[in-house]
Amino acid sequence: MIWRFGLFESTFTPLVSTHWALSAALGLPLLLGMLAALFPPQRMWPVALASLPVLVSGWVLLSAYDQAGLLRWQWEVAGVSLSLRLSGLSVLLLLTTQWIGVAAALYTPGSLRLGEPQPLSRWLWPLMGVLLSALSLIWLASDLLTLYVALELMGLSAVGMLLLSGKVAALVAGMRYLLLALVGSLAYLLGVALILGQWGRLDLQGLAAVVEPGPVAWIAAALMGAGLALKAALFPMHGWLSPVHGSAWTPVSALHAALVIKASLFMLLQLWSILLPGTFYAPRVIAWLGMLAIVWGGLLAWRTDSLKTLVASSTVAQLGYLMVVFPLLLGPDIAPLPRALAWEGFWLQLLGHAFAKAAMFMAAGNLIFATGESTLKGLAGTSRRLPLSLLIFGVASVTLMGLPPSSGFTAKWLLLEAMLISQQWWAVAALLVGTLLTAAYVFRMFRYSFDDSAPRHHYQPLAPGMDLIALALALTAFALGLLAHFPLALMRGGGV
Amino acid sequence: MNATWLPVTTLATSLLVVVIIFSLPEDARRPRTIVNLLAAVIKVILVMLMVGRVSAGREDIFSFQVVGGVDFVLRADALGVMFAGLSSLLWLCTTIYAIGYLEGSANRKRFFGFFSLCVASTIGIALADNLFTFLIFYEMLTLSTYPLVVHNGTQQALNAGRVYLRYTLSAGVVLLLGAVLLHYLTGDQSFSSEEGLGDYLNDHRGLLTLIFALLVGGLAVKAAMVPLHGWLPRAMVAPAPVSALLHAVAVVKAGAFGILRVVYDLFGIQLSIELGVISALAVAASITIIYGSLRALAQEELKPLLAFSTVSQVSYIILGIGLFGPFGTIGALAHLLHQGLMKVTLFFCAGNYAEELGIHRIDEMDGAGKRMPLTSIAFTVGALGMIGLPPVAGFITKWYLGIGAIRAEMYWVVVVLVVSSTLNAMYFLPIVHRLWFRLGPAHGQGQWPKEQRLGRLETHGWLLWPMVFTALASLGAGLLAGMPFSPLDWATRVATGEYLP
Repeated sequence: MIWRFGLFESTFTPLVSTHWALSAALGLPLLLGMLAALFPPQRMWPVALASLPVLVSGWVLLSAYDQAGLLRWQWEVAGVSLSLRLSGLSVLLLLTTQWIGVAAALYTPGSLRLGEPQPLSRWLWPLMGVLLSALSLIWLASDLLTLYVALELMGLSAVGMLLLSGKVAALVAGMRYLLLALVGSLAYLLGVALILGQWGRLDLQGLAAVVEPGPVAWIAAALMGAGLALKAALFPMHGWLSPVHGSAWTPVSALHAALVIKASLFMLLQLWSILLPGTFYAPRVIAWLGMLAIVWGGLLAWRTDSLKTLVASSTVAQLGYLMVVFPLLLGPDIAPLPRALAWEGFWLQLLGHAFAKAAMFMAAGNLIFATGESTLKGLAGTSRRLPLSLLIFGVASVTLMGLPPSSGFTAKWLLLEAMLISQQWWAVAALLVGTLLTAAYVFRMFRYSFDDSAPRHHYQPLAPGMDLIALALALTAFALGLLAHFPLALMRGGGV
Repeated sequence: MNATWLPVTTLATSLLVVVIIFSLPEDARRPRTIVNLLAAVIKVILVMLMVGRVSAGREDIFSFQVVGGVDFVLRADALGVMFAGLSSLLWLCTTIYAIGYLEGSANRKRFFGFFSLCVASTIGIALADNLFTFLIFYEMLTLSTYPLVVHNGTQQALNAGRVYLRYTLSAGVVLLLGAVLLHYLTGDQSFSSEEGLGDYLNDHRGLLTLIFALLVGGLAVKAAMVPLHGWLPRAMVAPAPVSALLHAVAVVKAGAFGILRVVYDLFGIQLSIELGVISALAVAASITIIYGSLRALAQEELKPLLAFSTVSQVSYIILGIGLFGPFGTIGALAHLLHQGLMKVTLFFCAGNYAEELGIHRIDEMDGAGKRMPLTSIAFTVGALGMIGLPPVAGFITKWYLGIGAIRAEMYWVVVVLVVSSTLNAMYFLPIVHRLWFRLGPAHGQGQWPKEQRLGRLETHGWLLWPMVFTALASLGAGLLAGMPFSPLDWATRVATGEYLP
């Protein structure tokens, strides 16, 4: 499992251009965010221009990985060694972060212009910059301390972004989120302290070599796992998620659902594969919770009357798919073939969901902007007046339902095959039931939109490009289904 | 020489149309019409090219790898080209019809966009060369039909859409499970592979039977086999072109075509017989045939009657598979085409009666033959074909099925055929009688429910000519059945290929 995360020695040292690309990928979002706070962009093109170097840095890192394979960086700071590594998975997640981040940034000027003028809106930019930098750092970091710093930065900037809209509901939800995020970080930090006390080192690669199963490893894994699960909104700790999204700005919701919770999940899987490589029960507990999450999240989304709650609850269910895969990734005696299939299916599902959920939040945001209503009933007649926004919502939901030819389908195919080989019938049932539940809540929403008997509302026109950005994200999630070979080959390249 | 571009271009033509239509504004009526018709004609030409290449013995393949062990493959083989030909020819007719039918109504962009997507899906289904590719287009068909079923936006339409999704999405899940199980057992299994699954019979008999049940069970929902047919009569709230193309041709035929693929190209006839699943299929088909006819007999409205008739008729295809022998197969394959032509004609007629005269119920049709002679002649041709009277195409099918049943020594099937033909006559002949021999509003007795004078002829030309064409084609397929490239000839070619590899 460890090598899959790229925790092994590299053959080559990074080139100078790669150093620059790395600093750009980590630092530029932060700097550009600060700049945008000073001169808030009103149009889309300055944002597009500014994000170009970020995308270029991602591309340079991709080609560097393509040529040299795994790359490592290491520094000694005050006796503590900090290290980064660029594995295939890191590159993939980094690129995803950059593309979704840029899409959210492009979406922001239009959405700020359409909403009511907010005194604090300019602070969205630096927070977004911090968030993207922190996320990029999480994918690359390979020691517990760097991970902690990045996690904390990510959590705080996410809370800040959620508070910005200034509504009372947002403040209440944001404060609760802050509290939970702090509890989560604290639990994580306790785990780090335990590990440092026991084994005296924090770099993941070294830890993987020295960790022995025992009470210390278990307690540390439990503490870190609980903290990260809280931040990742894994069932049953998902209660804070829907209220937070209910009052947040659309691009913030998109970033949060697509990337922030995934970062905690990524860390959880990475740390457990070091601390608990051979345990039987922990991954199974997660899987059982995942099955409940699929059903519960689906039911929540099915019963709700609010569009944003629907999209947010669907995240809970979709995380359930990922949780169900845990026993195929962690644990003793997993055959290599189902493990490889499950590993690929897991990340494909995660990527597909990231793009689709970001697109879905934007499409939902567009529908809410245009109709001025945030309930499902308010959507009546939109299929005639706002076909494009609805089509984007539809394309994104095909991925969530896991119907072909989307990435959700290819991922589900891989996961189902892995589960059949290892004879996990409950997980198979959960995956299939999840498909039907997702279809139930998605088509409930469409049913309202196709209702032509509703009175005509006045619709506010959207800023140009807001639909197109969402469409691009939704189509990416879609295309990853048939073009899954590329990302999966990238991930496999880490060494077999 | 492998003309990779041919299957891809055929598929891409319809997909491109979808994109173009969705990017045109709602009121761009003329460009949309041009794009629609142009693409339909181009596709007919491309499919004809494929037919030519297949009959010259060349099968064009396009493929790429999706993930390890799973490929996306399109292949133009005889069976696939047959279905592609049916769908592209009727697409042209139905597009012309739909342009006339939806004249002046709302949401035409959405309608034509999803309509083209449906047709693209059927082409994909026809050309898919493994279960993975097949599944992609099969589910795409489900999703793209939903907006068409609920097109009117009424409460009734929305309810029908919900029922439709419940049936088809559940079936999709069952099908997916079957497909993944098969992939887990055998790896990527191409429809064109000669080996079949015979090697697995000894060790995995139970699993193979389970996979067969899952696959055919999932496909039987779209093929509207009893008791999985509940969505079809409800879906009749959709506009007439949708009922015509999708619920007479594309959707139900996609299910039947899938079963053909599973039995002939995936499991192979030999293995299916050894598993004992073939006889079960024949029994299920017979029940559906009789049940559908009985329900059709009880209908008071025209479109639900045609829907139940579809339920019954599609199962002739399944019955033909169940008669293990070349004659049953030929009958099944020919019926795939014949039933499509005849049923589309009947639905066009029903749409014309509804548009021109406001007729929905059967008892309102008295004397309509005088007011709308061409429509009524076409209806009569279709109805006689459904009953199986010569020289209409339906006769050929029943003849071959009968011979097949006798050759296979399954005499009860002959009884089923006779009973079903009698029932067909019992619900179609009274309508024909009403059309021609009863006195009605055209003779000065009473009023049409809602008469509109849509054109110089008996109705709008866009509505009339496609119907005349399909009626002539139904006659021609019967009269000229012996000619090369007739449906029967092509069906014989496919069947020979299956039995004499």
